[in-house]
Amino acid sequence: MSKFADQIFVNAKQWLLSWLTTAPGWLVQIASALLNICTLLAVFLTMFALMSVLERKILGRIQNRYGPNRVGPFGLLQPVADGIKMLIKEDIVPARADKVVHFLAPILIAATAILALGIIPYGRNMTPFTIDGGILFFFAIGSTTELAIFMAGWGSNNKFSILGAMRAIAQMISYELPLIITVLPVVMIAGSLTPDRIVAAQAGYTLGVVPRWFAFTPWGATAFLLFFISGLVESNRTPFDVPEGESEIVAGHMTEYSGFKYATFFMAEYIGMFAITGLGATLFLGGWHSPVQALEFIPSYVWFFAKLSALLFVYVWLRGTLPRTRIDQIMNFAWKFMLPMSFTCVIATAVWHYAGRGLRGWLWSLAVIAIVYTVLSMLLDTQRKFAPRVYRFAE
Amino acid sequence: MNSAAFVLIAILILAAALAAATLQKLMHATLSFAVALVGVAALFFLMGAEFVGLVLVFVYIGAVAVLIVFTILLTRRDVGKDQGVNWLGALLAIAVFGGLTWAVLKTQSVAIAAPHIRALTVKRIGEALMTSYVWPLQCVGLLLTAALIGALVLVIEEKRN
Amino acid sequence: MTPTLQCFLIVSAGLFSIGLLAALSRRHAIFILIGIEMMLAAANLNFIAFWRFGPQSQLPTGVMIAIFSIAIAAAEAAVGLALVIAIYRHYRTTNVDHLDQLKG
Repeated sequence: MSKFADQIFVNAKQWLLSWLTTAPGWLVQIASALLNICTLLAVFLTMFALMSVLERKILGRIQNRYGPNRVGPFGLLQPVADGIKMLIKEDIVPARADKVVHFLAPILIAATAILALGIIPYGRNMTPFTIDGGILFFFAIGSTTELAIFMAGWGSNNKFSILGAMRAIAQMISYELPLIITVLPVVMIAGSLTPDRIVAAQAGYTLGVVPRWFAFTPWGATAFLLFFISGLVESNRTPFDVPEGESEIVAGHMTEYSGFKYATFFMAEYIGMFAITGLGATLFLGGWHSPVQALEFIPSYVWFFAKLSALLFVYVWLRGTLPRTRIDQIMNFAWKFMLPMSFTCVIATAVWHYAGRGLRGWLWSLAVIAIVYTVLSMLLDTQRKFAPRVYRFAE
Repeated sequence: MNSAAFVLIAILILAAALAAATLQKLMHATLSFAVALVGVAALFFLMGAEFVGLVLVFVYIGAVAVLIVFTILLTRRDVGKDQGVNWLGALLAIAVFGGLTWAVLKTQSVAIAAPHIRALTVKRIGEALMTSYVWPLQCVGLLLTAALIGALVLVIEEKRN
Repeated sequence: MTPTLQCFLIVSAGLFSIGLLAALSRRHAIFILIGIEMMLAAANLNFIAFWRFGPQSQLPTGVMIAIFSIAIAAAEAAVGLALVIAIYRHYRTTNVDHLDQLKG
């Protein structure tokens, strides 16, 4: 029974494809790909709609107010109203804009965000796009986002847009390094760049209780924290949302966009967030494995989406709690703290591996991380945290 | 290997490359250059070298194209119109293309179909990089560090006294 | 019918010639750099094509050379663009025809 529920979507796809047995091979391949794409889009666009209203409701709770509750039961139809509003708004293109670039930027940014979702295993045998170097594919696609943001900033021909794009690219490039280096330990231990293998490497339970997720080792926990912070920056979320800080530069690279193009940017931001949290859950939180052995009868995709939702809740929670950081603080943090710590994770992983992957390795890798953390915090002199900012202007 | 996909990708590459070489606006040329490189990566995928294709997209789109775009931004006051095409250069390029095509079509030993091969996994590439290619790898690491420091030294602002 | 090695070589030759065209006929330093990068990409295409169609495709030699050449191209782009910025700061131009201070 539990096996049936677990594989229900895989079997449904097989059943749909069995209608095409007489068709040539390439047609079946295309049909299979189209099925995957449609399911992916349906699931994640629904999630985007849900997320946009739930985020506002949770933020409302945090700030001691109600949040949207007028449209539909509990305000759940709010996304529909927002969507209609966005669709019927006038689409304004500035007269001095670079029209082609201005038009292509939202398309490119949405396409890359959706492509990155393809390699994540959503459940047992439920990876839409199986490729040998899946993790590399994710980052290769993710790096295209920077170009798209720059296109938006440049194409608008507006000083706020270009400033926002510069800020976005600066912080995204700086945090891409820790993001990728913190994935290295996982790849080292799992011995593969394929997400399916990485999830398989996290199966089982130590002593029958603690799941063998990478987040439960000292290097894994540190890497997960660093990965999570870098993911926040990559998706331009509070407290790292200076690229679109509305109190300083209107809306950053999205200033000159209106109507459906603006909605596309908004959607791409949320889908990028789903992708990066999904990758985090896959790499460090055991993917679709259940946290307790007794609960393994619950289908694997339920566990995956539960972990995804938990991580997304933390995103919203942080947004409701923390103020926006300054761009120089963000950059200093990236180069002086995140980068050395992520290299430390790699070394701690090697120590963990060569000390036998047991209790001894656990303690040794914890010691490595603790020593580097202490030395770094002494060197960085955290007492001077709130020193006045030194301004340097570009020529 | 699919010939329809090959023809489509080849047309995409050559059209985008031609646009990159002839468009007046630098930004448009850079974006066309990025499209041409995506096409090259697609050809790598077609030939079963997925890893190199991904590395190409990663390095060229994620790093080189963004660098070029940043340079355009920093030297913006100089984006005047480039005066027409230099005909001598165009003639030379056409001559080189003609010569290369003639040589390729004349050589019978390159008119072969692809043999069936075992898929080259990332694991095998990694093992090769860490065993027989470990010295080139170290040298490339050294080169990249030198390039990083060199680029920083070049663009760092001189202190005005 | 599947594409033969010739088809790949001709595409690569076309890309190389267009890169040459950009490098020779444009006067803007960044265009020249784009042309050089396109020529390097054409060379990479050749390496991969010869690896794929060659008799010893079980060895990853062509793939390795392509990876190293991509890394070197990245280094070259970084230094080249840094030079462009440094020259721009000094002479306020990126047109290579105006950089003739050393002409005797």
